[in-house]
Amino acid sequence: MKVILHHPRREMQVEGKRRVADLLRYLNLNPEAVLVIRGDQLLTKDMEVGEEDVVEVRPVVSGGERERRRAP
Amino acid sequence: MKCTICRGQAALEIRRHNAAFCAPHFLEFFERQVERAVRDQKMFTHENRVLVAVSGGKDSLALWDVLLRLNYRATGLYIHLGIGAYSEESRAKSVAFAQSRGADLIVVDLPQEHGMNVEELARNSGRVSCSACGLSKRYIFNKVAVDQGFDVVATGHNLDDEAAVLMGNLLHWQVEYLVRQAPVLPSTHPRMVRKVKPLYRIAEREAAAYAVLRGIDYIVEECPNSLGARSLLYKEALNMLEAQSPGTKQSLYWGFLEHMRPRLAAVQEGVTLRDCLHCGQPTTGEVCAFCKMTERAAARMRARLVRAQPASSGPPPEETVAAGVPAGDAVDPAAIAGEPIGLPSGPDDRA
Repeated sequence: MKVILHHPRREMQVEGKRRVADLLRYLNLNPEAVLVIRGDQLLTKDMEVGEEDVVEVRPVVSGGERERRRAP
Repeated sequence: MKCTICRGQAALEIRRHNAAFCAPHFLEFFERQVERAVRDQKMFTHENRVLVAVSGGKDSLALWDVLLRLNYRATGLYIHLGIGAYSEESRAKSVAFAQSRGADLIVVDLPQEHGMNVEELARNSGRVSCSACGLSKRYIFNKVAVDQGFDVVATGHNLDDEAAVLMGNLLHWQVEYLVRQAPVLPSTHPRMVRKVKPLYRIAEREAAAYAVLRGIDYIVEECPNSLGARSLLYKEALNMLEAQSPGTKQSLYWGFLEHMRPRLAAVQEGVTLRDCLHCGQPTTGEVCAFCKMTERAAARMRARLVRAQPASSGPPPEETVAAGVPAGDAVDPAAIAGEPIGLPSGPDDRA
């Protein structure tokens, strides 16, 4: 399957069909921090992704300020 | 996985509620949560004019979308900060969203209005860029809201944002920030507009899911300046806890609101606000933090321009002072501009 990743945006091939939970474990990603998207559909962790599928693993964590002032 | 309500195919599992929802039922859940936040915290009514701070990201566009669907009088405000391609893309997404919904969007261009983008403001005022950015945004949100008669400014801060900020404030015992952390910051001055966070009941993953399911084209890539931010570390730590123990973030933040807010409110010191001598916006000091930053940055920029001129043109007096200032060091603008020094500073978000 083709997997689209972000930060930076890139693509990778993953062999074989897998459950979403297994795919995220393989990619070493926390399921709380991403959405897995196929087309316009959100996939839950128990769903299976096939060899021919294209899935996007989209991070949901955003924002953040660095320290308020430069260190003296 | 089945939808808890209709037993159809689920789109999103929400472990902290021990539930899963199909797309239509998730969208209903999301709207209900936002409506409940607005109602329970008495954020605003359908008569109020709401100014939504829009960044082009998932949270602010999801917030704007849901407020429009709930028939609130929501106008967007996008601030162009001049952060290269990131700002261009985020502005394009905000404008496209407004057009697709037939909604009003106010655009303020920081470089055009103040002569410097956020990087230049930061560099020339001795602040880190996130600090200059945050201060500029808070100042402009408030000023636009007051000048154009809005009743309230709404931001897209979600449960994860608030839990991460709370964690940071607790780890460093930033009591003065703890006192001010709330879903509603009331107006404490005639020119200080009320600020609200209607997504405080919504997890970050849910805001992203809402945006995806509603077909909102938001900017997925991050602001280049936020990479390595400490709050992202706190979010990562909280998500590790959440994965093992669903409901941790909600318990942390909602528990704070329930158990600690009333006690903190009781000890909150009264802060007297007055008008900034330069721009008239409310401040705790004589000159507000935004004016100080922009004036400091402008003074330093002038000094640089003077230094760059050929020696034959004769050095003006400023050069003598500016030449003694090490590059990149934080320096009081008054030292360069010849203005009075030693004015007290107010907290950033009181601008």
